Amino acid sequence: MSDKIYRVNMQDLSFKIEDVPAEWMGLGGRGLTSTIVAEEVDPECHPLGPNNKMVFAPGLLSGTTAANSGRNSLGAKSPLTGGIKESNVGGTIAGVMSKLGVKALIIEGIPQDDSTFYHVHVSKNNVMIEQVPELVGKNNYFVLDAMEAKYNKKVAVMTIGRPGEMKMLISNISVRDPKGKLRSHGRGGLGAVMGSKKIKCITVDAEDYKEVTYADTEKFKAASKIFTKALQDNPISGEGLPAFGTNVLVNIINEAGGLPSHNFRSGYSDNAEEICGETMAENIKARGGDTTHGCHAGCVIQCSQTYNDKDGNYLTSGFEYEMIWAFGANFGIKDLDQIAKIDALMDDLGVDAIETGVTIGLAVDAGLIKFGDGDEAYRILEEEVANGTPLGRIIGSGCGNLGKLYGLIRVPVVKNQSMPAYEPRAIKGQGITYVTTPMGADHTAGYAVATNILNSGGHIDPLKKEAQVELARNLQIATAAVDSTGMCIFVAFPALDEPECLPALIDMINARFGATLSGDDVTNLGKTILKTERAFNIKAGLTSADDRIPEFMKYEKLPPHDAVWDFTNEEIDEFWNF
Amino acid sequence: MSETINVTVKLFAQYRDGKFKVQEMSFPKGSTAIYIVDSIGIDHSKLPIGVLMVNARHVEEDYILKDGDIFTVFPKVGGG
Repeated sequence: MSDKIYRVNMQDLSFKIEDVPAEWMGLGGRGLTSTIVAEEVDPECHPLGPNNKMVFAPGLLSGTTAANSGRNSLGAKSPLTGGIKESNVGGTIAGVMSKLGVKALIIEGIPQDDSTFYHVHVSKNNVMIEQVPELVGKNNYFVLDAMEAKYNKKVAVMTIGRPGEMKMLISNISVRDPKGKLRSHGRGGLGAVMGSKKIKCITVDAEDYKEVTYADTEKFKAASKIFTKALQDNPISGEGLPAFGTNVLVNIINEAGGLPSHNFRSGYSDNAEEICGETMAENIKARGGDTTHGCHAGCVIQCSQTYNDKDGNYLTSGFEYEMIWAFGANFGIKDLDQIAKIDALMDDLGVDAIETGVTIGLAVDAGLIKFGDGDEAYRILEEEVANGTPLGRIIGSGCGNLGKLYGLIRVPVVKNQSMPAYEPRAIKGQGITYVTTPMGADHTAGYAVATNILNSGGHIDPLKKEAQVELARNLQIATAAVDSTGMCIFVAFPALDEPECLPALIDMINARFGATLSGDDVTNLGKTILKTERAFNIKAGLTSADDRIPEFMKYEKLPPHDAVWDFTNEEIDEFWNF
Repeated sequence: MSETINVTVKLFAQYRDGKFKVQEMSFPKGSTAIYIVDSIGIDHSKLPIGVLMVNARHVEEDYILKDGDIFTVFPKVGGG
C-alpha cells in the first residue's frame, strides 16, 4: 500500500504529495472526507472563500473487483446549508483515483489571479495546473469533448458548467461515466465551491498504475462472490432496479400518499401513470433505448438507462426518480419526454435535479411560471440560469432563498436545502432523516422509505411516530459507514434483507487491508462519522433549532391522509442520544 | 345481502405483465388480500410480494377486504 494524499493549493498553484497520516489510514469515502474537513476547515469560514477546501476520496473498496464499489466522495463546507457536506458519485473517478494510489485529493485556496479558470490534471506523483480560457463559459459536454480530445477515454473528468462558474447554489460537480455521459456530485451547491476556486475541470489519469492491493486475495474473492450473489438474489437490486430503474418508485410512493405534488400541497399526484417507471420502461422498450446501464464499472445492479424520443433519437441517460418526480409530480409536467429534455439540459449545465426542480416548483407560487409549463422551465434554465440573468440568479440560488425573496411560507427545505421526493408528513421516518442529518434535507442519508413504505428491513407504519427516530438513527449510522466503503447506497436493500450481505462486505474490507473489523466496529465508524459531522455543524453555528421541519407542515394537512408533522422538539433531539 | 364485494385492483411493475393496470373486480365476501392476489393469478413464488395496500394503507396478507376498497399490489421494488 503506497496510497498518498495529493494536496493542491490554488492560491499559489502548487501541489504536495504527502504520506497518509496513521489516523486516516483506515478511512475512505465519507469517513475520510468528513474527517479531513472537520480537521482542516474552519467551520466558520465562508464556504466560497479561501479557507474552504474540497476533499475527494474514493471508498475503501473502490478500485477493487468488489461489485458496486465505484462511488467517490466529495466533502466541503456547503454554501447552501452552511454545514458540512458529503456527496458521492459513480462514474469512473473512484476507480481511477484508487488505481493511482490517491487516498484523497485535497484542494485548498483561491488563485490570486481570479480572472480566468484553471484545469487541474492529476497523474502519478504530479499535478499540473493550467489556465483554460477556451473552456470558460462552456458547459459540461463541451469540457468532456475537450478532455477526450486531449487525453483518452480512460481519464476521469470532473467538471462544472456555467452555473458553477457563477457560484450558483444549485450547481453540481459533474463526473464522466463509463459511457461518456454525466453523473453528479449532487446537493449542497458544491459546484459553486469548485467555481470559487476557479477550477473548471479536474482530470485524473491512472495511466497503467494498479496500486490496489489485497492482503488476502483468496479471502477477498470468496467474500466478493457471496456479496455479488446477495445483490443479484435480492428482488430489489436483482430484479426491480434493473427492470424499471429508480423511477419505479413513482407509483408506490404515490399510492402510499407520500409523493409530494403541486409544491408539497398533496401526497398524491393524478399524473403518476404518465411519468412512472412502468411507462418509462415501456417507452424504452418501444423506442430502442437501454433499460440496464451502470453508472460505474463493476455495477451489477444496472439501475440506470438511456432514454430515447419517439423517433429513437437519444434524449438523456441517468433519468432518475428524483428528477422525474420534481418536474413531473411536483411541478406538473405530464410528458416524460419533455422532462427528459430538461434532464439532458441540466446535465450539461451541471445543476442539481432536486434543488433546481423544487425551486422551479416553488417558482409557481412566486408567480414566475405556470404549473406544468415545461417549455418555460426549459427556457428559464437555458436562457436565464445559464446566462446568469437576475431571474437566473434567483432560481440558481435555490428553493430556500427564492422563498425568502418572494415572501413565501410553503418552502420545503431543511437547513436551506430542498426536500427530495418523499413527503415527511406521510413518511415520517424519512422526515426524521431530513431534519436530523447534518447534510440538510437529504433522502440518501438514511433511507427510512425502505422500512416505512417498501417493506425492506421489516415495516414501520409511515403515518405513526412510533419507532421512527430509532429507525432513522440506525439507517443514518449504517449509511455513513457504507458511504465510506465506496459502495452504492442500493446495497442497502440486500443488506436489510439478505443476512449474508453485510458480513461479506466486512469480509472484503478485512481481506483487502488485513484488518479484523467486526460488525460493531463498522457501526462505531458510522457513529463517529455522524458525530464528527454534527460537531462541525455546531461550530459552524447550526443548532438543534435547525433540526426542524418547515412550520407549514405542522398545520397544513397533507391529502390523502390529512397528515401533519407532529413530532415534538424533544422527540427529534432524541436522535442524537447515541 | 350481497355475497360478493367489488374491489378496484391496481397492479404495478412486473405484476402488470400479461395482466392489467387497474380493474374493477368482484370477489367473495370475506376475501383476504392473499386470496385476491392468488385468484388474479399472480405468481409470487418467482417474484415475491413487496407491498399490499388497501386505501393507501399497508396491510398484511390476511387482511379482509370490504366492498369499495382500492387494493394495490406491488412486487418488491426500491430505488432512491
